[in-house]
Amino acid sequence: MAESPFASRGASRIWAHFWMVLGVILVVFPVYYVFIASTHSTQTILRPPLPLLPGPEGLANYGDALSGGIGQIGGVSLWRLLGNTTLIAVGIAVGKIVISMASAYAIVFFRFPLRMVCFWLIFITLMLPVEVRIQPTYKVMVDLGLIDTYPGLILPLIASATATLLFRQFFMTIPDELLEAARVDGAGPWRFFRDILWPLSLTNVAAIFVIQFIYGWTQYLWPLLVTNSNEMNTIVIALKKMISFADAETPWNLVMVTSVLAILPPILVVVLMQRWFVKGLVETEK
Amino acid sequence: MARILLNDLRKTYDGQEVIHGITMDIADGEFVVIVGPSGCGKSTLLRMVAGLEGISSGTIEIGGKVVNALEPRDRNIAMVFQNYALYPHMSVRENMIYGLKIAKMPRAEIEERLMRAAKMLELEPYLDRKPRALSGGQRQRVAMGRALVRDPAAFLLDEPLSNLDAKLRLQMRLQIKEMHLRTGQTTLYVTHDQVEAMTLADRLIVMNAGIADQIGTPLEVYERPATEFVAGFIGSPAMNILTVTVSEGAAILPGNRRLPLPGLPGAGEFRLGMRPEDLRVAESTEGAIPVELRSVERLGADAFGYGLIEGTDVPMTVRLPGNSAAKRGDRLGVLPEDGRLHLFSVATGKRV
Ligand SMILES: Nc1ncnc2c1ncn2[C@@H]1O[C@H](COP(=O)(O)OP(=O)(O)OP(=O)(O)O)[C@@H](O)[C@H]1O
Ligand SMILES: [Mg+2]
Repeated sequence: MAESPFASRGASRIWAHFWMVLGVILVVFPVYYVFIASTHSTQTILRPPLPLLPGPEGLANYGDALSGGIGQIGGVSLWRLLGNTTLIAVGIAVGKIVISMASAYAIVFFRFPLRMVCFWLIFITLMLPVEVRIQPTYKVMVDLGLIDTYPGLILPLIASATATLLFRQFFMTIPDELLEAARVDGAGPWRFFRDILWPLSLTNVAAIFVIQFIYGWTQYLWPLLVTNSNEMNTIVIALKKMISFADAETPWNLVMVTSVLAILPPILVVVLMQRWFVKGLVETEK
Repeated sequence: MARILLNDLRKTYDGQEVIHGITMDIADGEFVVIVGPSGCGKSTLLRMVAGLEGISSGTIEIGGKVVNALEPRDRNIAMVFQNYALYPHMSVRENMIYGLKIAKMPRAEIEERLMRAAKMLELEPYLDRKPRALSGGQRQRVAMGRALVRDPAAFLLDEPLSNLDAKLRLQMRLQIKEMHLRTGQTTLYVTHDQVEAMTLADRLIVMNAGIADQIGTPLEVYERPATEFVAGFIGSPAMNILTVTVSEGAAILPGNRRLPLPGLPGAGEFRLGMRPEDLRVAESTEGAIPVELRSVERLGADAFGYGLIEGTDVPMTVRLPGNSAAKRGDRLGVLPEDGRLHLFSVATGKRV
């Protein structure tokens, strides 16, 4: 590893570590506590002081939650909810990547009438987040009979002006000669995309996948509106439903289990994809 | 292999014509160099032949077929780009065979062509490397190899050596020449470097602002430049060109000196060109062009004296023997060798 230009010695190094460790503790402690709480009974959690070590109820709590023992959400198993959420998050991330790459490809590499108009239209939608257009979108979903379906959960969220702009910026950095060399080599638009643009975009795709997966995973408002049955809930919505105003009616231990399980997949995606796109960064430099 | 015919080729960008009608017959196997200053339309012309740039009017024929409407891949050409344009994520091998794979050539033949090209360009040790792990010269060779394996009707090269250092450039120049001799492929080569142009070309197209000022062999272009522009562009150091008034078998030089020059056509104002290497130093300044030296550049075999015609600010460059004792401040009388004068019309710049 190269020497950092800010390589510090002695006291300042200790300071730096002090602040970093403090920061890590601040961030990690609540998460740690969620995990600890998920291994105790509700009674233990509600009675101070808060325990700092794992309790004996862990297996029972997780078993309960995963097998559908949570009454507040209609007894749907957490497996089902995790499945739903994964499907939606992956659907949204993949959908966004497909659509935004396709539109950026068209805008950057093809000359067609009203090209710039299309570009600006996409750009303007940046100013219209889901919340603003939620009413008409809802109406459309009802008319199409997509309430309580996966397409209904995914489709309205897969257009992404941000990702389109990111891909457009990236595509514009591809030298013209590369495209021309490919044309001379006989690659049509599809082959150019598959053989050259896609491999060169992988790091961007990985980054956007991570961001959009988490965006999809944490969606709240739209899934809340477009689902009625407990079976179609996402884990975030289920979490909200479990918590009522009265502490006594809230199964805090199961809430904590659900929280832990809701946090894990995004972390997993970040960790896995991070390795992947670091590898990509090392291998494809222009 | 193919003959290429350019017929009154024109290119217009946004209503502005940048190629003003170029006509040329390039024989099968000929090495033609397009040379000219920056912005004169060399790349545009080459790219029109490649099919990367539309043709505003005129026709291009490759191998007896009009290709105006054909995509680059259907023109059976291969191109080498100035910055190589290698696919960064593919190995040298993949870069070189990408076109063949698209053309669905049988594996065995791809492999054979790849190895033949790799051998010729000494690329065998690098086949599995990515372009970024190669030096500039090696990348350049990969770009050449990618063109070579396709065995095209014509090779098109756009300033392929301009990113290399002087020594490598010389080496690659020889290699390109060698490659052309071996493959005998019709080649169009763009450069603004006149040494490359003179050494590589069977024939040159000297371009000036979208016009082919002269098309001819390097020697023709050097010996009988068709326009003042060509005269000034080809040759190093550049030709001395001055405005003179011709009357009664003599030229009146700047500074009002009479230089008796037999065999001058007509009378009136002309542009008179004399190459530095066609000037010799006379015994005295009487009856010669008096030059006051400002500096002398010694190259070993030769020396070049740079000065002004005495009493004027018209520059003159003179080739001197390598061991000449001339120095700054000296006055020399110089005379052009017989028959080594070039006269151009003041109005049109054309050779008279
Ligand atoms: N896409 C374009 N749109 C408008 N004008 C262009 C375009 N491409 C080139 N030109 C113009 O056409 C002329 C010729 O350009 P070209 O690139 O062929 O020059 P060149 O001789 O290759 O120069 P260089 O030696 O600098 O590469 C230039 O004046 C340039 O400004
Ligand atoms: Mg050019």
